[in-house]
Amino acid sequence: MAALTPYQSWGRYPRALPAGVRSLRFRDQPLPRVAGSVLPFGNGRSYGDSCLNNGGTLLATRGLDRFLAFDPATGLIRCEAGVLLSEILSLTVGGGWFLPVTPGTRYVTVGGAIANDVHGKNHHLAGTFGHQVIRLELLRSSGERLRCGPTERADLFAATIGGLGLTGLITWAEFRLKRIANPYVQVERTRFDHLDGFFELALGADREHEYTVAWIDCLASGRHLGRGIYLAGNHAAPTCEDAPRPPGRAPSIPFDPPLSLIATPTLRAFNEIFYRKQPRRPTNGVEHFAPFFYPLDGIGQWNRIYGPKGFLQYQSVVPMSAGRDATRAMLACIAGSGQGSFLSVLKVFGDRPAAGLLSFPRPGVTLALDFPYKGRATLRLFETLDTLVAQAGGAIYPAKDAHMSPRLFAAGYPRVDEFRRHLDPAFSSSFWRRVTGAVA
Amino acid sequence: MSTRVLIVGATSAIAEALARRYAAQGATLFLAARHTERAAAIADDLRVRGAAMVEVGAYDATVPDRAEALVAAAWEALGGLDVALIAHGSLPDQAACAASAALTRRELEVNLISVIDLLTPLASRMQAAGCGTLAVIGSVAGDRGRQSNYVYGTAKGALAIFLQGLAHRLAPAGVRVLTIKPGFVDTPMTAAFPKGPLWASPDRVARDIQRAIARGTHICYTPWFWRWIMLVIRLIPAAIFHRTQL
Repeated sequence: MAALTPYQSWGRYPRALPAGVRSLRFRDQPLPRVAGSVLPFGNGRSYGDSCLNNGGTLLATRGLDRFLAFDPATGLIRCEAGVLLSEILSLTVGGGWFLPVTPGTRYVTVGGAIANDVHGKNHHLAGTFGHQVIRLELLRSSGERLRCGPTERADLFAATIGGLGLTGLITWAEFRLKRIANPYVQVERTRFDHLDGFFELALGADREHEYTVAWIDCLASGRHLGRGIYLAGNHAAPTCEDAPRPPGRAPSIPFDPPLSLIATPTLRAFNEIFYRKQPRRPTNGVEHFAPFFYPLDGIGQWNRIYGPKGFLQYQSVVPMSAGRDATRAMLACIAGSGQGSFLSVLKVFGDRPAAGLLSFPRPGVTLALDFPYKGRATLRLFETLDTLVAQAGGAIYPAKDAHMSPRLFAAGYPRVDEFRRHLDPAFSSSFWRRVTGAVA
Repeated sequence: MSTRVLIVGATSAIAEALARRYAAQGATLFLAARHTERAAAIADDLRVRGAAMVEVGAYDATVPDRAEALVAAAWEALGGLDVALIAHGSLPDQAACAASAALTRRELEVNLISVIDLLTPLASRMQAAGCGTLAVIGSVAGDRGRQSNYVYGTAKGALAIFLQGLAHRLAPAGVRVLTIKPGFVDTPMTAAFPKGPLWASPDRVARDIQRAIARGTHICYTPWFWRWIMLVIRLIPAAIFHRTQL
């Protein structure tokens, strides 16, 4: 096993050892000349191996963390690719500007958000992060600096959105923030007792609410299968009073426990309590944006609770026509296995056409869970889930994947051949080699 | 009125982190650096982060006789200076220096003489103005000569003595002189090293510097524990010290 370096993925599985790490600090720097392939590495919040380059070189981009321009009148922002979403929020929330699309952690870089074409709880209205990007600069290994956007080198742009860092180095990007009146969110929480309850709520609430998502109890089975809590939120009105205080400094898991702290009995109890804690009747309240959008950012280094073997995330999307049955079958399979996660997430994606050739979000229902890595037992479960996803005509999210087969990748990403034309010849990743059989 | 800050060596990670802290408070800044394009990228960023005004000037520590003009340009652009931070430097290859007196001299010029060239006109102007802080990045390496980097240590050690005298001279005028002694700093240049508890982020170091400037201290070890580590290292008798690889 490779030694622990600071350059692991968030799931810490699989391990990979780069031959070298080159830190970039200024966007006018040329790409380093190295033998073998390179891959940009932002803040390491991808779960699997899409941010890893075993035996190759990582280009650490966190040093590219400058703003180029921000117009507080229009919300137009331009920044380097290594800026974290949290750094944008710190700068702009006070002035009434919020991210147009945000994933469940704010500790991702702008470059990473583009390269994985991340989505948020407002996908049904806003699409993905890539839909928000107006322009970006791509530094290719040929030395060319190419500006691209929806109307400028649109084909290269579409390859770079969701392009997993394989089309070159994004040096900066420009996008527009959205107006908010204050840092608060009006949230409605509704408990549902089974999967059908989720779909009823999703069909109604997605029309009225900007942000929707459900937490589900992935260990519940039988008539409780797919029970959970539906969250629907909107940015609070300007008149919002009794505003809650922002959360204080996040506690952190200070060290690596010698083994996973996630055991089935604790999981079962946690999920039961989490579900029961929610009153039967819908509740409505105002929350600070941070716990609403980023519940897990509240615990620093939470990935450590899974112990040294790490964990895998499984996020799939299946078309709506097959969504109900496929989701039911997957949940039954997971509940039966006794493996599962603290926070399982279910959401219905909107039907906006994808921004990128390899974008994951597409019309349908998406399920995300994490699993402590338990060797063959985990991989066997994943194989069963893969079969269900494949039968339903679905796909797996590369940013969270460490296991999918080349066949499932090809089936889920039919535009991969078109994408291949825009690959930068010097760029590669552990993920890419795994799912395409390419050589380093 | 906003704080007027000159930063020489503005593209260094510590200097940039400090500049961001001043920018967030609405300061006006003058950035001097060899790579003016990179300093301009930093200046754009500082404007977004709240700086009232940022100017950029070219400065190369290896070219003599530029210091006076740089100080005059910054003084004029900002209408006087409240803080001047000297942050430029180079980390010599000790083995190469041991084999070359010429290289040793060049390293001393960059890390010591060029700094004195800047401090002399800055001190005169601040003395006449009757206020201001001169903050200079030294190093814990200047506290005791060690076989692994004594050319760098010599420059930083001599600089510390110079600053001590300067502080003495300028005290009656109300001008403060601050010697900063950082330990290991986790800059992008050292990103690939596994970090132990002795490593500090540039922002942590910048926070300590800003606080030391505000308080008017004379010597700032950052993080604080380096004061005690270096005390121990200074106290080790030579007979024992010479047997170590430090």
